[in-house]
Amino acid sequence: MIIISAVGVLGGIGIICGVLLAIASKLFHVDVDQKIIDVRNALPGANCGGCGFPGCDGLAAAIAEGNAPVNACPVSNQEGYEKIAAIMGVTAQVGEKQVAKVMCKGCDSLATKKYDYEGFTDCKAAAAVAGGNKSCDKGCLGFGTCVNACAFDAIIIEDGIAKIDRDKCTSCGKCIEVCPKAVIEFVPYSQDVIVECHNKDFGKAVKEICKVGCIACKICEKNCAFDAIHVENNIAKIDYDKCTQCMVCTEKCPTRAISGDLKKRKKAVIIEDKCIGCTICAKKCPTNAIEGELKKVHKVDAAKCIGCGVCASKCPKKAIEM
Amino acid sequence: MNLFSLFITSFIVNNIIFSQFLGICPFLGVSKKIETAAGMGIAVIFVIVLSSIITYIVQAAILVPLGLEYLQTIVFILIIAALVQFVEMFLKKSSPGLYKALGIYLPLITTNCAVLGAVLINIQNEYNFIEALVNSIATPAGFLLAIVLFAGVREKVDTADVPVALKGSPIALIAAGLMSIAFLGFSGLQI
Repeated sequence: MIIISAVGVLGGIGIICGVLLAIASKLFHVDVDQKIIDVRNALPGANCGGCGFPGCDGLAAAIAEGNAPVNACPVSNQEGYEKIAAIMGVTAQVGEKQVAKVMCKGCDSLATKKYDYEGFTDCKAAAAVAGGNKSCDKGCLGFGTCVNACAFDAIIIEDGIAKIDRDKCTSCGKCIEVCPKAVIEFVPYSQDVIVECHNKDFGKAVKEICKVGCIACKICEKNCAFDAIHVENNIAKIDYDKCTQCMVCTEKCPTRAISGDLKKRKKAVIIEDKCIGCTICAKKCPTNAIEGELKKVHKVDAAKCIGCGVCASKCPKKAIEM
Repeated sequence: MNLFSLFITSFIVNNIIFSQFLGICPFLGVSKKIETAAGMGIAVIFVIVLSSIITYIVQAAILVPLGLEYLQTIVFILIIAALVQFVEMFLKKSSPGLYKALGIYLPLITTNCAVLGAVLINIQNEYNFIEALVNSIATPAGFLLAIVLFAGVREKVDTADVPVALKGSPIALIAAGLMSIAFLGFSGLQI
């Protein structure tokens, strides 16, 4: 008998609570701004906090109220921004996506080591012992602290240094935070030409410890036709706004510290029907790769062309394709 | 029992956090800033007062007549959880200002042991309704006092030069322990 009353009481209270809550949820229903719901649905829902708001819901509310730009989510992509922009009735002003990049090429075969480290496989632990086992005190230690920090599986350790998959990177910045060597930086997504070195020593001091370090020789600076690369504090720095990715510096760098895939180098092609022979492109070409007389169709010397795109941007008739 | 001495006993001497060690989770979790700590404390007062009134009635009207006192714990959890949900919905509709102030803390205390602890103490000590009400105001007031004091300490600690190994939770736990020892000083207090 007592068991029946116990079950009855507990079940009864449960049912009453349930029914009351169901009624209350109808009765006290508050209309949430449809915009917030729509924006929330257009966000990726990773709740990573990369935007600085408490999760995707917080950001959705902020965007809907106009307190955050439509592209405030670092994880979303162009498509997502456009969706949110459409909901908000504005056009998306999208800056280029930034991705994290490990500024070190000093893999095990190219960089020397100070000592054999046999402690925890953790960069912070290794860095606590005389600044890590790499001879270069600015280099990637390769114990994978960033790999563990990355929530998106974008980082792998290859041959003793970390490599970031730029397609998987969401620019949440967690790896940058945890790296004890501060060797990870944000670079624009489409940027291939990057000085992958942080060592601020000069010449021989770098060469002795790493075969691919920047030795501050300034050859890149002298060869850049766009004033986009400068050696400051014994390290070459690229101004990504000015860089046209012509890869001249990549070619000229004696230690190959500047990355860039020469196979991917673009070539200018003149569309003959559109060219009016104004010679503007020939004048602007930094390598004199374009020839042609006034009012005649011009030609590009593919061997000289460095694919900088200056001609294409200057052509008044849009007659040059990259 | 004198109501005033009951209040002081629940408020300071048997402080819910420092003497009974209930509700440690929000105490450590929501004590980084004085502002949020105070919000949490007020939400706890709100919930404990409401739930002890309801549970007292349920205890007196349903459980005791049917001889089902042993179901207290499970029934009270059920009632508190439903009540908090209900209050949250009600506040959202009727008082958006209060909802914004308390809203994010309410779900956090749904299943908090401090709430359940306070209502069970009411029953265990065989308080009458007025005594239970006083106890259920004094107990969360003690929680508010503890969490605000602790948040103040943590705000100071944040700017202090703490050894790297102790940064964050370790130093917070040490500070909590020291405060608990300080509250032990009240244990002999007779009013």
